[in-house]
Parts: sequence; C-alpha cells; structure tokens
Amino acid sequence: MVSASSVEIRKVNKHYGTFHALKDIDLVIPPGKVTCLIGPSGSGKSTLLRCVNFLEEYDSGEVLIDGTMIGYEAPGKKMPGRKLREMRRSIGMVFQQFNLWPHMTARENVAEGLIRVRGLSKSEAHRRAADALAKVGLADKMANHPSRLSGGQQQRVAIARAIAMEPRLMLFDEPTSALDPELVGEVLNVMKTLASEGMTMVVVTHEMGFAAHVADQVVFMEKGELVGVDSPDRILHHPEDARIQSFLRTYHERNSF
Amino acid sequence: MSPEMLVDLLWKSLLQTLQMVAASGLLGSLIGLPIGIFLATSGKGELFPAPALNRAVGLIVNAARSTPFIILVVAIIPFTRLLTGTSIGTTAAIVPLTIATIPFFARLVEAAIREIDKGLIEAARAMGATPMQIVFKVLLAEARPAILLAFTMTIVSLIGYSAMVGAVGGGGLGDLGIRYGYQRFMPDVMLAVVVVLIVLVQLVQSAGDALARSFDKRNRKG
Ligand SMILES: Nc1ncnc2c1ncn2[C@@H]1O[C@H](COP(=O)(O)OP(=O)(O)O)[C@@H](O)[C@H]1O
Ligand SMILES: [Mg+2]
Repeated sequence: MVSASSVEIRKVNKHYGTFHALKDIDLVIPPGKVTCLIGPSGSGKSTLLRCVNFLEEYDSGEVLIDGTMIGYEAPGKKMPGRKLREMRRSIGMVFQQFNLWPHMTARENVAEGLIRVRGLSKSEAHRRAADALAKVGLADKMANHPSRLSGGQQQRVAIARAIAMEPRLMLFDEPTSALDPELVGEVLNVMKTLASEGMTMVVVTHEMGFAAHVADQVVFMEKGELVGVDSPDRILHHPEDARIQSFLRTYHERNSF
Repeated sequence: MSPEMLVDLLWKSLLQTLQMVAASGLLGSLIGLPIGIFLATSGKGELFPAPALNRAVGLIVNAARSTPFIILVVAIIPFTRLLTGTSIGTTAAIVPLTIATIPFFARLVEAAIREIDKGLIEAARAMGATPMQIVFKVLLAEARPAILLAFTMTIVSLIGYSAMVGAVGGGGLGDLGIRYGYQRFMPDVMLAVVVVLIVLVQLVQSAGDALARSFDKRNRKG
C-alpha cells in the first residue's frame, strides 16, 4: 500500500452567502487512521469533508494535505487547476448517492479514471479494475451497468473506483445512508478492510456502531462548529458536552424499539 | 393535373425540402451544440465560469428564439444575399433556417446537459478529471440519448419551418402546397403535400427515437 496522507485543518471558515457554515474549524487527521464525523443533519459535516478535496471552497484558513495547502497557493490566491487536479488524484471520494456513471458497466466505471486521469492503457486499466472489483467482492458483476446492481453493490463499485486510483486518503460522505438496512453491512465491511490496511479515512456517518468499532477518533459537529474530537469511547460512551449527550439520546431513542 | 405530374412535382419538392432540412439541420446543430454546452457550463460556479458572457449569450439566444420565423427570414435578407448571392430559392432558404436552428438546438442541448445529475460531474472532479474530460466523457456521454432526441425534434421543427419558407419562394413542399393547393385552389395537391409531410415527420421521429434508445444504456439489461 502506498503511504497514507495526513490532513491538517486550521481555522477554516466557510460561508454560503451570509450563512456561516463552518466556524473556525481546527482538526488534525492523522495518517493511516479512521476519523468519523458525526453530528446532526445540517451541522456542516459534508461541507467540511468537501473542503478537504476542495469540492467546496473554504473562505479562510488552511486545509493541508501532507503539509501542502489544497485549493490556494497562498491565502486568497487560488491554486492553478492543474495543480489542484494533481492533488485530487491522491484523494478518493465516495458519495451518499454513489454517483456511478450510468452509461458504463461496473468495470468501465472503475477503469475510466485510470485511463483518463492516470493515463493507463485500456488493457492495464481493465485489469486493475477487475482486481479492484474482486477486492470489494464483485468479480461476478463487472459487466453490469449500475441500473442492474443493488445499492450496496453500486456503493462497492464506487469504492472500487476510488481505491483503484491508489489514493492516500479516502473521504466518505454518508456512504450507507442511501442503502436499505440489510445492505449497509456489506459496504461497512469493505470499509473495515480498507481501514485495516492503513488507509487514512474520513467518514461522515450516522452508523454509530461503525464509529465505535472502527474509528480511531470521532469528531462531533453542530451548527458549523467543531464541538469535540476524541476517542470513540469518550465521545460515544462518555460524552461530557451536553450537545453530544443530547444528540446521542435522540439517536438511541430513534434506534430502539 | 395528371397523377404523373403530381407525383413528379411532389418528388421534386420533397427533394428540395430534404435538402433544406438536412443542410440547415446539420449546420445549425453543429454550431448550436457548442453554444448549448457553453450555456450549460458557464454559469457561476460551473465548469467554465463566465456568468456575464453566459447571460449575454443567453439573451441573444432568447432574442433569436422569440423572433417569429417569417420576420427572421425577411430581416436577414441582406445577410442571406451576401452569403448565397440571392434571397430567393432553396439555397437561400438554408440561411434563415440555419440561423433559426442554432438557438433552438442550443437551448435543447443546454437542457439535456442540465438534466445530468450534478453528482456525476462531482465524481469526475473529485478524481482529478479536467473540465474538457468532464464535457466529453461525462456530459456528452451521458446526455447523448437526450441530445439525439433534441436533434430529432430540431429536424421535425425544421420540416415545418421549411414549409414556411415556401411562402417567400423558398421552394420545397410548402411552396408546392401554397402555389397549387392555395393559390390555384387544388385541394388534392394540398392534401398530398400534407400527407407527405406527415409521413416524413413520422419517419424522422421513429428513426430518432430508435437511435436514442440504442444509445441509452442506463436501463439496459446487464
Ligand atoms: N450549496 C449550498 N448553498 C447554501 N447553503 C448550503 C449549501 N450547502 C450546504 N448548505 C448549508 O450549510 C449547512 C451545512 O450543510 P452540510 O455540510 O451539508 O451539513 P451536514 O452534512 O452536516 O448535514 C446546512 O445548513 C446547509 O443548508
Ligand atoms: Mg451531509
């Protein structure tokens, strides 16, 4: 496995118009570890995650990938597109809605980036695509178009598409939220394997079980603020902040019967 | 009029119509396609952000689209004459037909591209794809069935418009219908023209639908 990236977020702010979506966020994401972002909906988790690969442009502060700021060359001065694309090539992203390209088969979805972005030959790209799909347990579904795959299978193709590019950092934005409950496990298992191989992972999730068992650190956000960063045990089982306690209470009430 | 003569006239007019429709359809779509792509990708925060130019082009496109075709034909006569050396006849008719096609097709292409799930563009951006790769490998690839349908729709409208240029001496089926069917009051000619136009539109529509379907793999098995 290629080396894993670290991420350092310093005093990051983001506004949508007058709405302050991220407020002075400071966070260190250590290499080879799993960081889970939790918090109520609308608290800024996706926004923060998307600042890490600059899909969302932050207004101030710094997001450093292995010490290099992404998106800006200097505060206020945008990075050239070519440089930004180069940085993005080592960052994989998995979306809630999978975002597979519908006109391509599973294998073509995985191979496309290798051909276009990494410049591999078609045959080499298809060979690697087959390997990546085998790794997520979909060796027998390579020729299927996304419309012929279950949600869980589609999300595993999306993960294969990201890891085939050999990223040093993986971002997941609620990867299981669009799935039927019985399909959540297969996706989380693939993510666990990835974590055990030492990939740096940042995961926005409502799966508290995954956060408790797989995360090295859990980050709780609310109203654009980072409320707490700590071990899963201290955030999920012994939270001190009243906002975290109240969030977890709601979560448990909703998930018990 | 003898049936042989009618068939002969119909055939000649049909060829003129096909010539006008094919030339202006291809030319207009070829020019309209990049304009449509530009309109769909140059808004604020999009792939090639140029909001001011986007608005300007959008305005021109709207102006061209809201100009009644028959007025467009007359208004651009000097331009038509400059290009073709004449303002009357089939070749001259291609000029206004092409100019009417450009904004029409551009808006349809824009709509087809805007239909595409933004997530598909994001997935490519996150991977480090260039804006050009996104245009060709994501936008055009995904919108291909819709663009083919848009092209079909353009051709169908052009068949109607080309019948209108008959009124200003453009030749073609419309011209035939007006000259014989209306001015000389020969309802059988008028009827024949209408039937040929209906069959033509049906054929184009069916061919376009079939082609678009064959390119649409989203719901295909496997
Ligand atoms: N493109 C946008 N324009 C305006 N407001 C936005 C946009 N994206 C997100 N927001 C707002 O920012 C806040 C944080 O959103 P988000 O990061 O998606 O929250 P979360 O992922 O925690 O549910 C929400 O209040 C949301 O409405
Ligand atoms: Mg979110």
